[in-house]
Amino acid sequence: MNVETSVRVEDKLFYNRYLVDVGRPHIKVRAHTKPSPQLLALLKVCPARCYELNDKGQVDVTVDGCIECGTCRVIGEPTGDIEWSYPRGGYGVLFKFG
Amino acid sequence: MIEEKFDAIVVGAGMSGNAAALTMAKRGMKVLQLERGEYAGSKNVQGAILYADMLEKLIPDFRDDAPLERHLVEQRFWIMDDRSHFGVHYRSEDFNEERPNRYTIIRAQFDKWFSSKVREAGATVLCETTVTELARDAHGKVIGVRTDRREGEIHADVVVLAEGVNGLLGTRARLRERPKPDKVALAVKEMHFLPRETIEAHFNLKGDEGLVVEAAGTISRGMTGMGFIYANKECISIGIGCIVADFQRTGETPYGLLDRFKRHPSVAPLIEGSEVKEYSAHLIPEGGYKAIPQLYGDGWVVVGDAAQLNNAIHREGSNLAMTSGRIAAEAIVQVKSHRQPMTAANLSVYKKMLDDSFVIKDLKKHKDMPMLMHTNSQNFFLTYPQLVSRAMQNYVRVDGTPKAEKEKVTLKSFVNARSWTGLFGDAFRIARAWR
Repeated sequence: MNVETSVRVEDKLFYNRYLVDVGRPHIKVRAHTKPSPQLLALLKVCPARCYELNDKGQVDVTVDGCIECGTCRVIGEPTGDIEWSYPRGGYGVLFKFG
Repeated sequence: MIEEKFDAIVVGAGMSGNAAALTMAKRGMKVLQLERGEYAGSKNVQGAILYADMLEKLIPDFRDDAPLERHLVEQRFWIMDDRSHFGVHYRSEDFNEERPNRYTIIRAQFDKWFSSKVREAGATVLCETTVTELARDAHGKVIGVRTDRREGEIHADVVVLAEGVNGLLGTRARLRERPKPDKVALAVKEMHFLPRETIEAHFNLKGDEGLVVEAAGTISRGMTGMGFIYANKECISIGIGCIVADFQRTGETPYGLLDRFKRHPSVAPLIEGSEVKEYSAHLIPEGGYKAIPQLYGDGWVVVGDAAQLNNAIHREGSNLAMTSGRIAAEAIVQVKSHRQPMTAANLSVYKKMLDDSFVIKDLKKHKDMPMLMHTNSQNFFLTYPQLVSRAMQNYVRVDGTPKAEKEKVTLKSFVNARSWTGLFGDAFRIARAWR
């Protein structure tokens, strides 16, 4: 079995504490019909696997499990594929150990 | 709206921000520090190793009450292939000293303590507040910040940008470029909890002795990167990081790499039976000297990771952060004591002071190293580790083959993989970048 598929990122995120800012995602994906190579790269490089393909083959982001590293910004912001900010003060991931 | 005006606003409460805020507050400046986390440390991620010398310059008696984990008595460097590791270990009783040089720490806990010292020194620390924008006057001088908490602007004579590696504010204000994918690494880390005595048995430690393993090789799948294992009191920090552009190119996943590293036969026994309590990720500045942006301007300075001050070769970052924060603060105090305005010309003293410190001297020394490692990642992180493993196995396995023949086989494997020109070229390039 392939290692990648055997690692359940959702289980890892379950260890973490979050305060989700409901209805105010801090990352947005620009509307598109066909994803750019940069957007497709985010499917794999995001350590919290926040990016997923929907049934139309477009890339969607769900920021609830985001650990705020900024990797997607470094890749996807220069092309305009995503808009990236920090969550509002106090919201987002709350590291106990860091 | 906060009507009062501050001498300085510090954005961020990590190592560099706390160092800057503490230094300025101690010198009687009116300091406001803004942090987006629920407390200082709750957004901060590091391995982590604390370098005592740089903290002593800020808080000489920090050992009295800082939340330290273990003082390091042993350093292990591993070159790994999929089934082996070849190691250089250094352990010395000299490190069991009265004032140890390096400690493992847990950043969320350490930073909370550091922040309490900043408050004691008289700074106002406001958490759960994200700075959204720099406020500038008609001439472009930075005069304060805007936050998501309050209407309007908060004003100060100078803003210290200690906002971390992403440096969002500085990028938005066009003070510097966004970090590029080939100049930052993405590291992921897990905290593995075990009883204290189990950790001490796994790593051959006693009391508060600590240990670090740093590992490179096929674990990064041909990408530029490395793995690390730090022994804390009751948990083990384990992680791996690689250059973002390499992840992008290869399609490897960070959690896949970490999982493979954890299951490596040399690593798995160290964390066996542990309970994971946190999973984190962070970017690390890897561009070195050549990636350092403009460090000061009218009404602002930038410090720490936001200034990309990280020594990737020696894996030092938090000490550069603390030192740059302290030096920036000292420069600001100096300008203020001369009753001069916080202009770019006056704040340039910060860069002069930083140039004279180990921070810039060390980064300058290794200025060609990041590029060398990145452009030759297949050789340095895949080919050589495999060759070294085969050579070591050939050397130690006793099977009746005459030694002269064994040596010939090893030499041939190196020449076949890299050619004589390649071998000498690699040696020359490393020597040149290192000197």
